[in-house]
Amino acid sequence: MTIPQLSVFLENKSGRLTEVLEVLGKENIRITALSVADTSEFGILRLIVSDPDRARTMLREQNFSVNLSEVISVMAPNEAKYYAKVLKILSDLDISVEYTYAFSKGSKSIIILRCSNNEDAIRALKEHEMELLHASELYKI
Amino acid sequence: MDIWNRHFECMDRDDLRRIQSDRLRETVERVYFNVPYYRQKMQEAGLGPEHINSVDNLGKLPFTTKQDLRDNYPFGLFAVPMSEIVRIHASSGTTGKSTVVGYTRNDISTWSEVMARTLTAAGANRNDFIHIAYGYGLFTGGLGLHYGGEKIGASVIPVSGGNTMRQIQLMRDFGSTVLACTPSYALYLAEAIQESGIGRGELKLKAGVFGAEPWTENMRREIEDKLQIKAIDIYGLSEVIGPGVASECMCQDGLHIYEDHFYPEVIDPVTLQVLPEGTQGELVFTTITKEGLPLIRYRTRDLTRLRYDKCSCGRTMVRMDKCLGRSDDMLIIRGVNLFPSQVESVLLEMSGIKPHYLLIVDRVNNLDTLELKVEVDEAYFLDRISQLEALRKKLQDNLESSLGLGIKITLVEPKMIERSEGKAKRVIDKRKF
Repeated sequence: MTIPQLSVFLENKSGRLTEVLEVLGKENIRITALSVADTSEFGILRLIVSDPDRARTMLREQNFSVNLSEVISVMAPNEAKYYAKVLKILSDLDISVEYTYAFSKGSKSIIILRCSNNEDAIRALKEHEMELLHASELYKI
Repeated sequence: MDIWNRHFECMDRDDLRRIQSDRLRETVERVYFNVPYYRQKMQEAGLGPEHINSVDNLGKLPFTTKQDLRDNYPFGLFAVPMSEIVRIHASSGTTGKSTVVGYTRNDISTWSEVMARTLTAAGANRNDFIHIAYGYGLFTGGLGLHYGGEKIGASVIPVSGGNTMRQIQLMRDFGSTVLACTPSYALYLAEAIQESGIGRGELKLKAGVFGAEPWTENMRREIEDKLQIKAIDIYGLSEVIGPGVASECMCQDGLHIYEDHFYPEVIDPVTLQVLPEGTQGELVFTTITKEGLPLIRYRTRDLTRLRYDKCSCGRTMVRMDKCLGRSDDMLIIRGVNLFPSQVESVLLEMSGIKPHYLLIVDRVNNLDTLELKVEVDEAYFLDRISQLEALRKKLQDNLESSLGLGIKITLVEPKMIERSEGKAKRVIDKRKF
């Protein structure tokens, strides 16, 4: 039920993000979601892509520091209260959210979550009848 | 211009040579009988004390290096029982081991004597207020200046380092006339004084004695302009005694080596041959009066040249040029000695980073800055900022406690640090000497 996500360590200098995207572009890899977490000196680029293993290999060949981690994807109506509900379900169970990002498609939001314990989070969200996405479903969006 | 010890400092050079030879003979005898390390090295070279009759025979003796001090850490090269040692200092060293030096009561007296000469050469006397902003502690700077200042009867103000605003207030309130610190801190102080609103007219400074790091003639002009003082270069290293090995006089034309205590040679650092007068090479010292830690032909790694002509101040003591280079990779940052290998050993002990690094030294607002670029290990890198920040913080803490220096850490992508087949480029020093 988890989704593989690529994390790429980037120094904060112009052109690095472009280089990552060009590497993936050459391989015709599709990007479903992307977010950047940054400090003043470095950043972490997080990507959900159609072929994570191949993307990782390509990036490694270009000397990028890449890691694969697991995240959860929830689909909900794109209103704040639904995002809030998702987070509340988790916080009520003391499951902390390490980071989250989201994007919209039509009237829906796709929420990406990385939790302190992804398995517990999935169980809790399912119990509350939230709509969780499989990787294959996510890639089609 | 006053000279503290006219008898020795202006001595006829032939007389001086006889005294040096006598003192060398005594020193060689002492180390031969009291320090197993020296006895063994001399025996291996087929030498006994009887082979060293004068400074002309000095070249027969083997060299001593910083590594020899480390190998005999902490007290292995001391030539007296510990009951005779009244003071211990230490300087930071590679792989966590300091260079340790010990002084007998007579050594402290010698040190005070050469520091009295140094301060007198800078124009100081009993009427001065000497503001010592060198660090006190294991570092020899603070206490070395302190004892010399007391010996000449000046009023010594042991401020030590840090808290610049307070330093300036005390300088004004106490009427400090002589400043002792590193040259880069002197420049930093000069700018802080300008910004503080305290007018130069409120300060009584007239001279400064600056050392513990290399500085250029341009820096001297800048210090002299900004602080309106005479800036005097002083030289020393803890292994030999601390500050007070050599100092400039008011002529500012080379540093007089107090060679009735520290006998200098200049060698080619590759062939190890003694070089003729006036040729630049590595400075080597033999201490000829020290009791606690006598050193035979100690390689300082500092590059300079010697001049034996008489100075217009009247002193006959040999002069060395300002040291501006090293024959090894040691860096001097804010007066602290740093070898790149020290950084490497900290990196090797840590997981999460690769031992590929680049040290960047610069001088910003007259203070040395140290930055370390280091590659993040992919095996450790996960996807959280907090994790990387924690890694950086840990590295910074480990380095700062090991080096005794503040350092900025920049995490970089793999392979961003240039690999080289020969000697890796580990240091970029942007400071202009």
